[in-house]
Amino acid sequence: MSNKFIPHTEEDIRFMLDRIGVKSIDDLYAEVPEEVKLKGDYNIPSAMSEIEIRKYFNELGSKNRQLTIFAGGGVYDHYSPSVIAHLLSRSEFYTAYTPYQPEISQGTLQYIFEYQSMISELNGMECTNASMYDGATATAEAMFMMVASAKKKNRVVISATVADRVINVVKTYAKFRGIDLTVAPEKDGITDFDAIKAELEAGDVAGVIVATPNKYGIVEDYTGYADTIHAAKGMLAINADPSALAVLRTPKEWGADIACGDGQSLGMPLCFGGPYLGYMSCSSATLRKMPGRVVGATKDADGKRAFVLTLQAREQHIRREKATSNICSNQSLMALYATIYMALMGKEGMKEVNRLSADGAHYLYNALLATGKFEPAFPGKPFLKEFVVKTSLDIKAVNKKLEENGIMGGLDLGNGMVAFAVTEKRTKAEIDRLITLMTEE
Amino acid sequence: MKYYDKLIFELSRPGRKGYELPKNEYGINECSIPAELRREASLDLPEVSELDVVRHYTNLSTKNFGVDTGFYPLGSCTMKYNPKINEEVSAMPQFNNIHPLQSEDSIQGALELYYNLQVALSNIAGFAEFTLNPYAGAHGELTGLMVMRQYHESRGDFKRTKVIIPNSAHGTNPASAMVAGLQVVEVKSKPNGSVDVEDLKPLLDDTIAGIMMTNPNTLGMFEVEIMEIAKLVHEAGGLLYYDGANLNPLLGKVRPGDMGFDIMHINIHKTFSTPHGGGGPGSGPVGVAEKLVDFLPNPRVKKNDEGRFYIDCGKDSLGSVSTFFGNFGVMLRAYAYILTLGKENLKNVGPMATLNANYIKECLKDDYLLPIDGVCKHEMVFDGLKDKSTGVTTLNIAKRLLDYGFHAPTIYFPLLFHESMMIEPTETESLETLDEFIEVMHKVAKEARETPDDVKNAPLTTLVRKLDETGAAKNPILNYKTLKANAQ
Repeated sequence: MSNKFIPHTEEDIRFMLDRIGVKSIDDLYAEVPEEVKLKGDYNIPSAMSEIEIRKYFNELGSKNRQLTIFAGGGVYDHYSPSVIAHLLSRSEFYTAYTPYQPEISQGTLQYIFEYQSMISELNGMECTNASMYDGATATAEAMFMMVASAKKKNRVVISATVADRVINVVKTYAKFRGIDLTVAPEKDGITDFDAIKAELEAGDVAGVIVATPNKYGIVEDYTGYADTIHAAKGMLAINADPSALAVLRTPKEWGADIACGDGQSLGMPLCFGGPYLGYMSCSSATLRKMPGRVVGATKDADGKRAFVLTLQAREQHIRREKATSNICSNQSLMALYATIYMALMGKEGMKEVNRLSADGAHYLYNALLATGKFEPAFPGKPFLKEFVVKTSLDIKAVNKKLEENGIMGGLDLGNGMVAFAVTEKRTKAEIDRLITLMTEE
Repeated sequence: MKYYDKLIFELSRPGRKGYELPKNEYGINECSIPAELRREASLDLPEVSELDVVRHYTNLSTKNFGVDTGFYPLGSCTMKYNPKINEEVSAMPQFNNIHPLQSEDSIQGALELYYNLQVALSNIAGFAEFTLNPYAGAHGELTGLMVMRQYHESRGDFKRTKVIIPNSAHGTNPASAMVAGLQVVEVKSKPNGSVDVEDLKPLLDDTIAGIMMTNPNTLGMFEVEIMEIAKLVHEAGGLLYYDGANLNPLLGKVRPGDMGFDIMHINIHKTFSTPHGGGGPGSGPVGVAEKLVDFLPNPRVKKNDEGRFYIDCGKDSLGSVSTFFGNFGVMLRAYAYILTLGKENLKNVGPMATLNANYIKECLKDDYLLPIDGVCKHEMVFDGLKDKSTGVTTLNIAKRLLDYGFHAPTIYFPLLFHESMMIEPTETESLETLDEFIEVMHKVAKEARETPDDVKNAPLTTLVRKLDETGAAKNPILNYKTLKANAQ
C-alpha cells in the first residue's frame, strides 16, 4: 500500500487492523452494499514519478503560447514583484486551514486585517471582508446585499457598461434567487443616467450597480447618482478596479454604499483566469448584511493585541438557510498576495503603476489615431489603461498576424471595435512594434 | 519563534519604498482624467522597504499552524499533505502567463489540462461530465442545485421548489439551497446520523426538486440504505445531490455516481490534496449524470475528433457562475496529484484514510464518549469526555491540544451531540503520528481528572491566549484606521 504520500507499511496495516479487531481492509467496508462497490480499477493514467510529472507538465505547457499582452477585459498584465511568490511559498501560510483556532492562526488573521485595511484605504469604505471568489460573484453578492437591506424591494438595476462577463454571472444569481434584474442601457459608451432615473421612479429598485472604469475602460462621471438613488431609497454599488482607485475618485467619494470588484489587477498572475480574488466593502451601516468572513482586532487574556474572525453570526455555519450568503471560504492566499503587493507598491508605487500604464495607453491611442486607420470609438471620454477604437481593418486577421508574432492584440468587441489595454510591463518599443505589425501593408 | 507584534502600517516611514518601475519614456505630460474624476483622499498605504516586507510576512508566517507544522485532525476538512511538486507545477510560467481571453490556438495546453482533469474526475466519481468552473465547495453546491432546478424547469416542471436536507448536514447545504432559490425541507436523522427513510417517505411529493446528502454522513458512517433512498427519490421525480465533502474514504471503493446520485461537487482542496491556503482558493467541480450535461454552466471545454480542444457555450446551460474557467491554478495541482498517485495508488487513499480513522476511534473510546460505535469511514465523532464529572468541555480539550502542538479537531459539529468532537486523520499520516496524538488525548483526559484547571485555562503556551471574541463582535475594529483612532 505504501507510496510517497501514503506511509502505511504492511506491518503497520496488520497491527492497526488487529487493534481495530477486524481481519482485513475489506472488513472496514463490510456494511457497504455489494452492488455499489467499485469493481476493477479507475480508468486514469498510471502513477508517475516526479521526473515524469515535470516532463508531462512541461510538454503540456509548451502547447500554450506566452504572448506580449495588449488585451484587458477585466484581466490585466500587471507586474508581480518577485517577493510575493517567495513569501506565498511559506507553507505556514498555504497549508493552514481557515483560522478557526485564532491562538495558532495569528499569521493568517493579521494579514487579512491588513488586507481589509488596505482595500478600505483604496476604496474609502469603512468595512471590507476577507475576500470573495472573484469580481463577478462579489458583484452578485452586492446585489443580494442590496435586496436584503431594502424593505420589500426585489429589483436591482445594473448598467450595461459593467463588464459583460460580470453581468452574465449576476444574471445567473438573480435568476435562481428570484431577483428581478434590469440592465440599464448605455449611451455613447457610458451609463444612461436618465434611463436609471426612469427605473427608479417605479419605486421598486433596491439598488443600482455601475462600474469604474467601465467595460470600455472609460472613467464615468457618477455625479448625482448617489443622491438620486438614495432619494429613491435604493443603494449604490460600484464595481471598481482596485488598482485604478489609487488615482480615481473612490466609491466612497461617489457616495456608494457598497464597493466590489476583482483583485486581479493587484499584481496577480493571469493564470488562465484564476485564482484571483473578489473584494467586497461597504459602509458601517450595511456591515451586518455583508457576506463572507471578517477579521477584527481584539485582545487576549493577557491584554495582548490579537486578531479574530468576527461577526460570525451572519455566516452559514451558524445561520444555515437564514445566512446572508452560502459563501464559506475566502480566497485567503490571494488576499495575502494582494496585501504583499500593496505593501510593496505602497502609497507612491500604486500611483506610479497607474501613471505608467495610462501613459502607455495614451501613447498607443494617439499613435493608432495618427495612422489614420483607427478612430476613437467614444471621442473625448477619459480613460486610464484600457480604451476602445474603431477600425475598418479586419480585426480577426490582424490579431492572427499579431499572435504569429508573439503578441495578443486588442479584444474584438464586434462592429469594428477593438479594446486595447497597456500596463507598466509594456515598453514603448513593444507598442511601436504592435502598431507597425497592425498597420503595415 | 519570537513574539512579533507589528502591523505593516506601523513599519511605514514617509519616503521609503519597496518597488522599482521602468523609466517612463512616453513623454506624456498631462493626465487625461479630469480633476473631478480623480481621487481626492490621501492614499495611506504603507511606505516600507523590500526587506521590511519580507521580514514582516516571514514573521507573520511563524505565527501560523499548517499541515507542514503538524497533525491537523480537523473533521470534515480532510487536511492531508499538500505535495510540493504540485506547487511547482502550478507556478510554471507556461500556465501563469496565459490570459484567459487568448485565442483557442494559443491555449491548447490549458484547455487540455481542464479537459483531462474533467475526464479523470468523471471516471473517479462515476459521472458523465464535470464543470471545473465553481471556485469552492459551497460554490459547487450552489451550481449543482442550479443544475437541479434547470433540469426540472427545462421539462416545464416549475412546482419543484423544495430540497430535502438532513438535519445533520453541513451548514452550507441549507445556505446554498436558499441562494439557489429552493426551500429547505429537513429530514430527520436516525441516532447513527443516517437519513431516516421512514421520515423521508412522506416528504417525497411533486414539489421536491431533490435531496442533498453526503455519504459517509457527518458522523463518518456509511448510509447503507442509499440505494433504497435513491429509488424512492427518483420514483418521486427528484434528483440526488452528493455533497463531496466526505468523498475521501470512498476513493478506491465506491463511486458516488454508482450509488444513484445525479449531481455532486468535489472539494478539490480536500480529496485532491490542494492546499487550503488559510481559507482558499479552493475549487468545487460539479459532476452530473448524462441527462444533465447540457445544463452545466458555461463555458465548457470540449475536444473534437481531431484532438483539438475548444470552448463551448451551450444554449441550455444554466448560465455562468464564474468570470472565466474557475481556479485554474488549483486544477493544475489536482491533476499533478492524480498523476502522481495514478490508478495504482489512488485506490488506496480511501482504505488507508478509513484505517487511520478506525484506529484512532478504537484507541480513544476508553476515555472519550463514542455515541455511535461500529466501523466508521474517514472520521468519527466523540461526544466529549466519557467522564462528565470534571466539567472539562470539548472546547477546553481543543484548546489544550494546541498547547501540545496539535491542531484541534472540529468541535461542536455536528449538532447531534452537545459536546461533538469530530476527528479526521486522512491517509497521509503515519502510525507514529497517530500514536502521538492518541497519547496526548489520553494525557488531556488524565489532566481533566487530576488538574482540570490546566485544561480549562488552555491554551497556556501559545503566542496569544484566549481571545475576547465577544468584544470583537460588539465593537468591530476591522481596519488599521479604526484601530489607530481607538488607541488615541
